[in-house]
Amino acid sequence: MNIGQLDFYTQAILSLAALVGLTSFLMLGQGRLLRLVFVFAVQGLLLALTTAVAAYSLNIPHLYISAALTLILKVIVIPWMLRRLALQMNIHRDVEALKNNTAVMLGGASLMLFSYYILHPIVQTSSIVMLNALAVSLSVMLLGMLLMISHRQAVAHVVGFMSIENGLFFAAVVATHGMPMVVELGVAFDVLIAAVLFGIFFFHIRTSIDSLDVDLLNRLSEVDK
Amino acid sequence: MIAAYLVLLIPLAGMAFFALAGHRADSGLWNIRLNAVNLLATLWLAVNVLREGTLLSAGKAFLVDPFNVYLIVLTAFVGLTTAIFSAPYMEHEKDIGRLNDARLKLYHAMYQGFMLSMYLVLTTNNMGILWVAMEGATLATVLLVSLYRTPESIEAAWKYFILCGVGIAQALFGTILLYYAAEQIGSEENALLWSVLYENAGKLNPEVLKIAFVFLLIGYGTKIGLVPLHNWLPDAHSEGPTPMSAVLSGLLLNDALYAVVRNKMLVDGATRSDTAGFLMMGFGLLSFLVGALFLHRQKDIKRLFSYSSIEHMGMMTFAFGIGGPLATFAALLHMTVHSLTKSAIFVTVGHAAQLAGTQSMEKIRGLIKTQPAIGWGLLIGTVAIAGFPPFGVFTSEFLVLLAVMRSYPWLAPLLLLGIGIAFAGLFRHIQPIVYGDRPEGQQPIKANLWPVMIHLGLVLWLGLAIPGFLADWFSQATILISGSVPL
Repeated sequence: MNIGQLDFYTQAILSLAALVGLTSFLMLGQGRLLRLVFVFAVQGLLLALTTAVAAYSLNIPHLYISAALTLILKVIVIPWMLRRLALQMNIHRDVEALKNNTAVMLGGASLMLFSYYILHPIVQTSSIVMLNALAVSLSVMLLGMLLMISHRQAVAHVVGFMSIENGLFFAAVVATHGMPMVVELGVAFDVLIAAVLFGIFFFHIRTSIDSLDVDLLNRLSEVDK
Repeated sequence: MIAAYLVLLIPLAGMAFFALAGHRADSGLWNIRLNAVNLLATLWLAVNVLREGTLLSAGKAFLVDPFNVYLIVLTAFVGLTTAIFSAPYMEHEKDIGRLNDARLKLYHAMYQGFMLSMYLVLTTNNMGILWVAMEGATLATVLLVSLYRTPESIEAAWKYFILCGVGIAQALFGTILLYYAAEQIGSEENALLWSVLYENAGKLNPEVLKIAFVFLLIGYGTKIGLVPLHNWLPDAHSEGPTPMSAVLSGLLLNDALYAVVRNKMLVDGATRSDTAGFLMMGFGLLSFLVGALFLHRQKDIKRLFSYSSIEHMGMMTFAFGIGGPLATFAALLHMTVHSLTKSAIFVTVGHAAQLAGTQSMEKIRGLIKTQPAIGWGLLIGTVAIAGFPPFGVFTSEFLVLLAVMRSYPWLAPLLLLGIGIAFAGLFRHIQPIVYGDRPEGQQPIKANLWPVMIHLGLVLWLGLAIPGFLADWFSQATILISGSVPL
């Protein structure tokens, strides 16, 4: 397959998929909170761009609304909120020492391969673009989980959580040209409420354990201490 | 169909009312009234379905059929009895200074919000909205888990939020794959409507649906509390206020299972194989056994019963996985009796914990001597949940066992072993709690045990003889899910 022979839409989607995947890896290795939030906003921007390209190329007007929603929520509101919280709580200077960074990165790469492997049966029914798009979105989800496992800061967990949602949206836009409008609005509403709740939680966690290091949340367990 | 809209509008209005009016002295009473009115609305809806069969709203946004209507009534019923229990319970919590007005306002508003999302999960015909409502249920309850603001409760709520949020994201991916498969056969507009998908299930791409089901099962399975995704469940149940534990165990888990079964019906239609069933059987059996084993290690009384919930949800998932009319009938019955019994148990446990001033099982002693109603309530509830005849749990577990003997006889010993382990696990903890001497200074408290008696009475009734109309109902739902008549 020669990429130059594909139409504009396919080329654009493939490049954007690659970039979205790349931002996930960037987040995975990022120990500074503000940069992490910034990369997350970039990923949101790429997502909004993908949605707009799909809306334009395939002429689906309702995707413009969804692109606007993504732009407002994932690029402006949530990153701004996280940044403000980080500044307020004075944790923006902390650099998290990531343990086993190499192993985590290798793990991330293998998760990406794994996504391709899982979704391979779909190739028989659709184009190679679809496989790439779905596999990238699945790996963005899995990388988001890995981000949550490897980081200890609550803010990083929220970024991981939200980037999982980004992966889902990418799949929805590329594979199915968006969900029905009512569902998309519902999901956006849930994401917004979740973001607000996370903000409330930061304060609660901070007052209760005097830190945002979630490794210190370890009172409840089945293991006798 | 008006009844269905009413069922959704009443909790919505209730949520707005509590949020705007703030906490008042009679908030608990209003909560009871709202739930009572809604129970009437659901009964009206049930009568409609019984007379006219499956209802589909204009625009196909809502679907009420024999399968979900009985869960809707059950939801309203448990919602009402828990509200009756919660009114004096929350007053007591306020009196002893664990809560203040602002948190009680949050509590009542979110109680209605939770009920709203439960009804929406059950009535909606759109698989996307189903997901939105399921996530909504997490969002509504997460602040209630941390209502006491102790470090433990905040930890539990954070775990609940993150685990269920990440888990349920998998279900959205599954839903997107479902939509993708549906779009390939056309029908872009209605591609997420369950009724449309069900009619065209045979045409959906089986490979895509198989992958989708794995994600859906993991996603909604997190909310069912399937092992190994269950870690949030005991924490959230033990640290939140007790009425919340009762509705989480009695309603939320059921509704998540409902979502899985709805999806399974589509996947089975497309793949024409037992793949989905085997997955559910595997997860179900694992949860059942792990839940039963973990009962032995518990120290906190609410954690004990949340592990018992994991065990029972495992059994239901297992039974739905076996498929076939008998197992499906048993699973439907088990859903009902489990949620009635478990919410009754949590109500008594709540009283017992207030009585003893602790949730630690080593310190709760001599309940029967202190306050016989609570002691006997807990003992009878435990007997019922452990699966003794003549209670309904025995009937449903027996039917599951019968179905296993027919289809997979080599799994029957595992099931029996699990039931035995669970029984031992419950009684080694509960026996010293209810019997034994009363500790110094333990005084009876004001307790409302009507909900417990009504629930346990119903469970007893279901065990002795399932009334004709209810049996008919279960049969209709069974025919809908498994395609043939039970028994």
